[in-house]
Amino acid sequence: MSKIIILDYNLGNLFSVQHACTSLGLDAEISQNLADIKNAKALILPGVGAFNEAMNNLEKLNLIDPILEHVNAGKPLFGICLGLQLLFTESEEFGSRNGLNLIAGKVLKFPQMVGKNKLIVPQIGWNTIKSRKSGFKNTPLEGIKENEFAYFVHSYYVLPDNEEDFLAYTDYEGHLYCSAVIKNNIFATQFHPEKSGKEGLKIYKNWAEQNDLI
Amino acid sequence: MSYKRIIPRLDIKGPNLVKGIHLEGLRVLGKPEEFAKYYYKTGADELMLQDVVASLFERNSLDDIISKIAQEIFIPLTVGGGLRNIEDIQRVLRFGADKVAINTAAIKNPDFIKEAANKFGSSTIVVAIEAIKETDGKYLAYVDNGRDYTGVDVLDWAKKIEELGAGEIILTSVDKDGTGEGFNSELIKTIVDSVSIPVIAHGGAGKKEDVSQVIKNTNVHSVACASIFHYDFVSKNDSQSTANTEGNVEFLKTNRSFHNFETTTVSELKKELISNNIKCRF
Repeated sequence: MSKIIILDYNLGNLFSVQHACTSLGLDAEISQNLADIKNAKALILPGVGAFNEAMNNLEKLNLIDPILEHVNAGKPLFGICLGLQLLFTESEEFGSRNGLNLIAGKVLKFPQMVGKNKLIVPQIGWNTIKSRKSGFKNTPLEGIKENEFAYFVHSYYVLPDNEEDFLAYTDYEGHLYCSAVIKNNIFATQFHPEKSGKEGLKIYKNWAEQNDLI
Repeated sequence: MSYKRIIPRLDIKGPNLVKGIHLEGLRVLGKPEEFAKYYYKTGADELMLQDVVASLFERNSLDDIISKIAQEIFIPLTVGGGLRNIEDIQRVLRFGADKVAINTAAIKNPDFIKEAANKFGSSTIVVAIEAIKETDGKYLAYVDNGRDYTGVDVLDWAKKIEELGAGEIILTSVDKDGTGEGFNSELIKTIVDSVSIPVIAHGGAGKKEDVSQVIKNTNVHSVACASIFHYDFVSKNDSQSTANTEGNVEFLKTNRSFHNFETTTVSELKKELISNNIKCRF
């Protein structure tokens, strides 16, 4: 039985997540099997695509309860990109849709304009991450420099209700938004650490070490 | 201004990395995975693989190369060449691509863009435009590496691509490709100003200054280069016995004059951009 299960809900870049894990020697497997998920020591919730379709798929595959049970049992969960957004209360993508509600807050669409700048949406490319308050110590971002580059691909961003969940932020052409969250056993990033070069892999390694997965 | 991306583009034929002029006359340069690793180490923001024969001969030999590269480099990888349907896209994503570039199939059936964007998300779908300037000054989109005429106007097509839900456009000036004469800023600016999705400029870089110039002139979001990086790698890896024997290897064996190119590395190029106040990841 694999220690880490990369949740396969028929969306997203599972393979690059697995490649990143493999390169670090982590015991990770892609699965949507309920028994695998139940026995997993940790879950990774990846994702590229639309919020609605993702929630629909999680529902169809009966994955919502197992994910909630996993988190409620205090086991680690790592969300990436859409996998971060799904953790929130609700999204305004295509009207309004409820998420997993593990982190209180909303998923919002990037504005079309910031001051005089027209925002290019989706944001596709590299941007920097900055710590929200007390730095990254004792989080999976430990050792990541202020203003380190990370790779982003998204049209929506998250807004946590609680300041304490807010770990990192990013400035997209003058629009500041939350790019990483941490809440007890949940850690999630808007960027793709598996596509963010050496520093990105360091985040996987930190997360694994801090959760005794390595 | 957002951070500009520098994207080495690797044209693939069979097991080899190749480079031509005007997308034709392909020379074998070596093993694509060796080049890819080098570009990853020297600071590439993304990589693009293009199978340059796939749509002609209906063959897809890329899978093995994609998989080798995806296991060793941790930056985004876009793959194009002969992707004709949803299953083709799914396959290259499974081998480790993050995004796909489509051209021929999109022009033949524009709704394919919509279908693919709905299925995989807009940001996964890049549409490639191969532009050739006609004698009347108009730019038309070609397919099959600039060989086949379609009559489609490039500007109209770019707008349509955005409307259909593609996440990015890679715009190749076939007239400039492989020549080292510099980019076609006129063409690139027209498209950048007409769409609100990111555009990648490709075709013509002969020296570092060409790249900073095209960014300054057009505000294009990203730049893809092949020759200036490849010839640098080839010249530094003299004993490269890596090329497989298939294809035109004469160039590698004998004549290594890159007279139209001032070769550079990705990191040297980025230094040049930064000294020109162009923001990029460094």
